[in-house]
Amino acid sequence: MIWFIFALIVMAGLAWCLRYAGQLASGNAPMFRDMSFGVAFGYVLGIVILVWLAWAYTQALSDDPAVANKFFFLKAAIEWFIIFAIAAFAFKMFGQYVGTDGSRKLFRSMPLTASFGLLTILVYIIVAIFAGVIAPYGQDEILQGVAANVVAGGDPALGGDPNYPLGTDQIGRDILSRLIYGAQNTVGIAFVTTLLAFFLGGTFGFLAAVLGGWLDQVLSRMVDVLMAIPSLIFALLLMTIASVWANQWGIPLTYFMIVIIAVIDSTRVYRLARAVGQNIVVMDYIEAAKLRGEGLVYLMFKEILPNATAPLLAEFGLRFCFVFLTIAALSFLGVGIQPPLADWGTMVRDLAGFINYAQFAPSAAVTPLLAAGAIALLTVAVNFVVDWMLHKSSGLKE
Amino acid sequence: MNNVLGIIIQRLLLGLVTLLIVSVVIFVAVNLLPGDFAQLILGQGATEESVNSIRRDLGLDQPLFVRYFDWLGGMITGDLGTSFAQLNFTTGLGGVNNVTVLDQILPRLSNTMFLAGVTAMIAVPIAVTLGVLAALYRNTVFDRAANIATLSSISSPEFFMAYVLILILAVINPLLPSLSNIYDGMPFGERLEKTMLPALTLTLVVTAHMMRMTRASIINLLASPYIEMARLKGISPMRVIVRHALPNALAPIINVIALNLAYLITGVVVVEVVFVYPGIGQLFVDSVKIRDIPVVQACCLIFAAAYILLNLTADIMSILSNPRLRHPK
Repeated sequence: MIWFIFALIVMAGLAWCLRYAGQLASGNAPMFRDMSFGVAFGYVLGIVILVWLAWAYTQALSDDPAVANKFFFLKAAIEWFIIFAIAAFAFKMFGQYVGTDGSRKLFRSMPLTASFGLLTILVYIIVAIFAGVIAPYGQDEILQGVAANVVAGGDPALGGDPNYPLGTDQIGRDILSRLIYGAQNTVGIAFVTTLLAFFLGGTFGFLAAVLGGWLDQVLSRMVDVLMAIPSLIFALLLMTIASVWANQWGIPLTYFMIVIIAVIDSTRVYRLARAVGQNIVVMDYIEAAKLRGEGLVYLMFKEILPNATAPLLAEFGLRFCFVFLTIAALSFLGVGIQPPLADWGTMVRDLAGFINYAQFAPSAAVTPLLAAGAIALLTVAVNFVVDWMLHKSSGLKE
Repeated sequence: MNNVLGIIIQRLLLGLVTLLIVSVVIFVAVNLLPGDFAQLILGQGATEESVNSIRRDLGLDQPLFVRYFDWLGGMITGDLGTSFAQLNFTTGLGGVNNVTVLDQILPRLSNTMFLAGVTAMIAVPIAVTLGVLAALYRNTVFDRAANIATLSSISSPEFFMAYVLILILAVINPLLPSLSNIYDGMPFGERLEKTMLPALTLTLVVTAHMMRMTRASIINLLASPYIEMARLKGISPMRVIVRHALPNALAPIINVIALNLAYLITGVVVVEVVFVYPGIGQLFVDSVKIRDIPVVQACCLIFAAAYILLNLTADIMSILSNPRLRHPK
């Protein structure tokens, strides 16, 4: 604590020196003349953090395992950050020179975070679709004659096997294969759930907007009530009930989960679809279509839907994140996607105990973090893309 | 003033009605279970006689709406029924030694309140300060970095944050305990130390959201003419924001804080499970797993009530802080 305060005082002094030196050296250029103390402090803070990171990186390369272990994860984080940044930049460059005029223009105006997001989403989609081809083993294949070993890296000195780069879990399943199949199961189920939520919420929302009157009132009040219950709590309650039904009917619990989460999330979609729909319904072209004698379905899907795609698409990204996180949380709590399906949330729960050994063998903590990180990475990526889309469509400059 | 009072009373009544309907939804949902509680406790091999006897004891032979009002009346008077897991069959069915749901919930509820309180104490000042700074230095490197960091922490699952914090602060650098096994009568300092890691996890998740909202609402205000005026007077940018923009941005910020506390309620479930924190979220998940229906029902209602209450607070706060409503012409 004392060291922390001491460091703050030193940095404050350095900030003042930096500004003064800058003013002297640049002949009182506007940049340094008008620099407030807070900005100078920010620069010094940034430099100190960068220097510390560089120092920590060299520490991680030290021969003493006690020191190296301490900085193992920081080193990995720095390396991955740089790799991701380079990959995102390369992807952006690729997009700028390849493709149609429109897509090239899009990539030029794209911030690095958005190109990182797009690239990540693409990779996830490819992995999810071709999981069966990429994964070296089956997701529920219990490998015989292999010592259970969750230490990643396949280092024979630690009891690993180079054939299983991320090790095998407690009952002898290849963790890498399960991670890859997790993309198919977790992402696939979340995607289907979101689609269902949009179908339900969108249809009822447009219906309420077009018809109005008592139907609108009834639907809206129902949605109000459902939204008054925190969604994760409500999902847990309904899953309790569904688990009894699933036992009795012999239907996998996962199907119940898809429907339950879709219904809970469709309330949010309904709100948006209704609000957007109401703005469109008063337009002249809707009036014209009505006078032409078009039916309700035509009005909803041919007139309103095409004009509501932009906000609905952004909402789809956000909603997907919510659904994905809810499913991950449910699986993590043990009531979501059921074994033998490989799923990231369940994997985190099963492997989490190994984090406590990170002090002695950092690679033991890698596997649970990889599963949790796979969830985080996708949601972060989708959020980056949605953030960029919203920023672009709102035309906000400040 | 009358006007405002009227609106507030109307909102309170609306909240009460919502809670009532929510209780109906929860009750009906639970009663969709195939068979009933009696069969669920005794399993499939139970004789008709014993099932009927338990049914009578728990009042399950009554019609649905009678049971609902019994349950609702119990909720209001604080009698939440008896937990199935703790049912004591030795002293006669539904005998005297039963642990009531209330006995289980109360200590855990206060633990969760403690956790939420600690989180709020850490998160709110940090979020508002960072939000003001991000608004002040908008479109700089600091703002971009803060934007990326907050967006990442909003979108990561709570358990990812929790395990990363455990890894950094408990395993690699043993500063804080990774298990929050707190108990009654623990000294405050120790209790705070054990609560720190879950509180920090929740802080990370909630701060990001609050900070973005603070930044957005201040930037929104910076476009107004009176800020332009203040700037033209030659006041420093910091003073413009703290003295002129912040007081007017307070209403949306308070709103966001209340909404985020409501969000804490759901976040708390996962975080409590990760840290084995003996709060109401942990109890809820455990009861869900063993299908302890009365506890699930009661926890669910408590969560919903807290959620509705906090949303209501946010609503009323925004009415109260709106000068046009406070001083009608």
